[in-house]
Amino acid sequence: MVDMATNAASGSALNPRGPKPKKAFSRGNIIVYGTLFVVAIYYALPLYVMIVTSLKGMPEIRMGNIFSPPMEITFQPWVKAWQEACTGINCDGLSRGFWNSVRILIPSVIISVAVASVNGYALSMWKFKGSEVFFTILMIGAFIPYQVMLYPIVILLREAGLYGSLTGLVLVHVAFGMPINTLLFRNYFASIPDELFKAARVDGAGFWAIFFRIMLPMSLPIFVVSLIIQVTGIWNDFLFGVIFTSQDLYPMTVQLNNIVNSVQGVKEYNVNMAATLITGLVPLIIYFASGKLFVRGIAAGAVKG
Amino acid sequence: MKLTTKLLAATAIVSAGAAGATELEVMHWWTSGGEAAAVSKFAEAWDATGNTWVDGAIAGGGDTARPIMVSRILGGDPPAAFQFNHGRQAEELVEAGLILDITDVSEAEGWADIITPSSLLDSCTYDGRVFCVPVNIHSWQWMWLSNGAYAAAGVPVPTNWGEFVSTAPALREAGIVPLAMGGQSWQQNGAFGVMALALAGKEAWLAVNQDKNADVVMGPEYARVFEAFGAARDLSTGLNVQDWNQATAAVIDGSAGAQIMGDWAQGEFAVAGSVAGTDYSCLPGLGEVALLDTGGDAFFFPVTGDPEIEAAQKELAALMLSPAVQVSFNSAKGSLPVRPDVDLTTVNECTQKGLDLLAAGSTVPAGTQLLSPDTVTQLNDLMTEFWSTPSMTAAEVQQQYSDIIADAD
Amino acid sequence: MALAEEASRTTTRTDAAPVRRPNRWLKNLTGKVAMLPMILTALVIFLGGTIWTIVYSFTDSGLLPRLRWNGLAQYERLWSSRKWLVSIENLALYGVLSVILTLFIAFTLAALLDRKIRFEDAFRTIFLYPFALSFIVTGLVWQWILNPEFGIQGIVRGMGWETFNFDPLYNPNIVMYGLLIAGLWQGTGLIMCIMLAGLRGIDEDIWKAARVDGIGTVKTYVVVIIPMMRPVFVTSLVLIGAGIVKLYDLVVAQTSGGPGISSEVPAKYVMNTMFGGQNLGQGFAASTMMMVMVFIILIPWAYLEFGGKKRG
Repeated sequence: MVDMATNAASGSALNPRGPKPKKAFSRGNIIVYGTLFVVAIYYALPLYVMIVTSLKGMPEIRMGNIFSPPMEITFQPWVKAWQEACTGINCDGLSRGFWNSVRILIPSVIISVAVASVNGYALSMWKFKGSEVFFTILMIGAFIPYQVMLYPIVILLREAGLYGSLTGLVLVHVAFGMPINTLLFRNYFASIPDELFKAARVDGAGFWAIFFRIMLPMSLPIFVVSLIIQVTGIWNDFLFGVIFTSQDLYPMTVQLNNIVNSVQGVKEYNVNMAATLITGLVPLIIYFASGKLFVRGIAAGAVKG
Repeated sequence: MKLTTKLLAATAIVSAGAAGATELEVMHWWTSGGEAAAVSKFAEAWDATGNTWVDGAIAGGGDTARPIMVSRILGGDPPAAFQFNHGRQAEELVEAGLILDITDVSEAEGWADIITPSSLLDSCTYDGRVFCVPVNIHSWQWMWLSNGAYAAAGVPVPTNWGEFVSTAPALREAGIVPLAMGGQSWQQNGAFGVMALALAGKEAWLAVNQDKNADVVMGPEYARVFEAFGAARDLSTGLNVQDWNQATAAVIDGSAGAQIMGDWAQGEFAVAGSVAGTDYSCLPGLGEVALLDTGGDAFFFPVTGDPEIEAAQKELAALMLSPAVQVSFNSAKGSLPVRPDVDLTTVNECTQKGLDLLAAGSTVPAGTQLLSPDTVTQLNDLMTEFWSTPSMTAAEVQQQYSDIIADAD
Repeated sequence: MALAEEASRTTTRTDAAPVRRPNRWLKNLTGKVAMLPMILTALVIFLGGTIWTIVYSFTDSGLLPRLRWNGLAQYERLWSSRKWLVSIENLALYGVLSVILTLFIAFTLAALLDRKIRFEDAFRTIFLYPFALSFIVTGLVWQWILNPEFGIQGIVRGMGWETFNFDPLYNPNIVMYGLLIAGLWQGTGLIMCIMLAGLRGIDEDIWKAARVDGIGTVKTYVVVIIPMMRPVFVTSLVLIGAGIVKLYDLVVAQTSGGPGISSEVPAKYVMNTMFGGQNLGQGFAASTMMMVMVFIILIPWAYLEFGGKKRG
């Protein structure tokens, strides 16, 4: 308590940033943690149901209460989901498509985030006549259900000789991720103080120099958000992966779909839950790992310095 | 037996023409346990010929798989073979010249003589040419009853629709929902189709579905069906499930009395260890008009322009209808074979009833062979709205049904 | 006073654009070249795809797209379809509630997480994790939780409250709210992250200035911080809006449009007619109408965002 109090006091005296730190059990703190805790229950309840279901055997699922913890914990559903579940006549679970998913994910995410950040930067700092027309078209594009555009894109890729290739799929991901992510970056860069840009221009820095040396380091949180959107979207994508590639490139979601989405036959809920949780692990790791980058922007300090 | 040998010989001749080992990618939406087992029979038989079966399973039924197959064909990278429902769904692909003509295989194998009922081959025939292979027969025309539920209610298991309705109050008293129905539109429209054939009779049913005669929809036979369907709506309240197999599960555990569902429901009973005759009963045609509609699945072969693949495609087409493969495939899938000259390995009481009806020629074409998918979708929407809107009267739904039939092509 | 300056400097920054925009054509060239991928995507994919869709909505395309003109027949059928009308009503209800609630919940959570709390990583990940999970299965879990027999209603009744009623997925009057419960669960986490990134981009001196001026915490958020975060809110709105218009998986996974047609939505109508009914023309007509609606909503925004500046 003493340490905390001193730190808090000295913190606000020397480096007065953010709201005043509260005492551990102040009323405000109880409200903050209380609210977060209650809301966390709403978010975690379905996850809890998924996890306990994935650890139960099928007889227990048929009999039991969906909220009750497993009487006998079994990891068999997880093993089955990963390497034994059959999709058609191939019985090697999700593992079959895992590396394909990685191969699709990495180039798609890197290129789409890079392109979108440059777009956003150019749109907010290097406007030219008409640039906003293209941006508006892009914005309307964000609202089109992409299933509608499947066939024209199939034909387009066929004519370009890219249908069925990894390159074609990556291009599709980059194109469909572009509207939202460009908007994200454009609006973020729009809130970066003007003085920075002016100062850099006066110093003779050009388009790329300003982007790499000034804008990029200042916009880590928004890169994280863009990364989260793209990793999640591309990792979970089923439709594009299955339509624009063939067999040897099918991502893991094709197996996930085949495991959980069979129309006929008995549904193995525990395996379905385990398969979904396993598929969600990669985005989850990204979410956790990216926490460190969710730092307060250094924009303010940079202006003064 | 002699016929079998002859056919095998014919298959061998076709094989000899093929250029040897070829990899064929086959796309389908059969991914559940029994379905996958059935596909593996095809794959094993194909691999045994020295070729390789590359499995392209996409779960989620035709609505998920169809755009993927069409994209592959449009994109110029088609699979070597793909599953579709025969009938009207593939019309346009054939018209566009994207599907391989396999009339020569059909003639060499004598399909016209062996495929029964002949309507199955007709659904694969466009302008006199054959474009697909029907591989099995599935029928909607069944009602499944829980013997346990009726025992609990102290009434005998009904043997027709009239008895089913009159025993329903007894089930209600015992806390059992008389009719199990899932919440999806295709289930409700499918059940209506079964009731229409069973209660209005073959003639009226064909007039509506085949000739698109909207007047018959407004006539007295169909009025009776809409009334009965409205009554069935009340018999299903109290069970909230979405998927058809959840509804079947309610029949299996005795919390519901009966379900109107196609013969694929038998797979669920089999997995649950229920025995036909002891644990559950089945009524083809609701015990009223014992007719089977003969839908099913078929395989199509896209045009690839590669003579080697083309030869292999034709070889595969012949193989799928060979007697041994028909037996092993349909035994695993729980469907009926398209040729009457083979015996299934395991036949229970209900399957036998189906086989007898087939043998007696008591069949009608399936709704999907007669109506376009567009019409079926509209009917699905209408019937599901009726099913879950208690204020909607039978007369209203009858009028709207006849409007859709009048517009159907 | 310092506060007012801070706020105005940030919010009016875009107005200053012409000042710092380099006028020399060659300097701008890099910007143009850098935007080439975007320009190409906008023109070829989005504009091209939109025009293609509109053109084919006037045809009778079935399983395959084909240019056989059909006039306005697809549109006549569309607007006489009860399912389509119900879909639009549902989307309007869901859309309004979803926008308001998502913005409110996401901003509140982001503000709470920004209060220098412990376990921020854990809370943030819990709120965000639903976003990472495929809806095919999470929809099923919500179906269970909201099921009257073995979900929440069953549990509460089991505890002795026999008349407790909670069956949102099986009651046509409230089914859209049932979908909303799951939709918010899945979508708010991401918006919260965007808000959080926005909050992290705000100069901390603002808080100092607010304290100097004696403004309370909540009031500071409402009066100062939220206006400063206008671009972030615009981003969030577009993201939420796009999600609403494309609303499909959620409905399929939980109700398949039922009971009856009471939870149908436009994107599902498009998908059902295109791939289930094999009537591409009808699907294209429906999606054209969706684009028109989006256009009507976006035009005032684009005018405010771009048009207003020209006057300034």
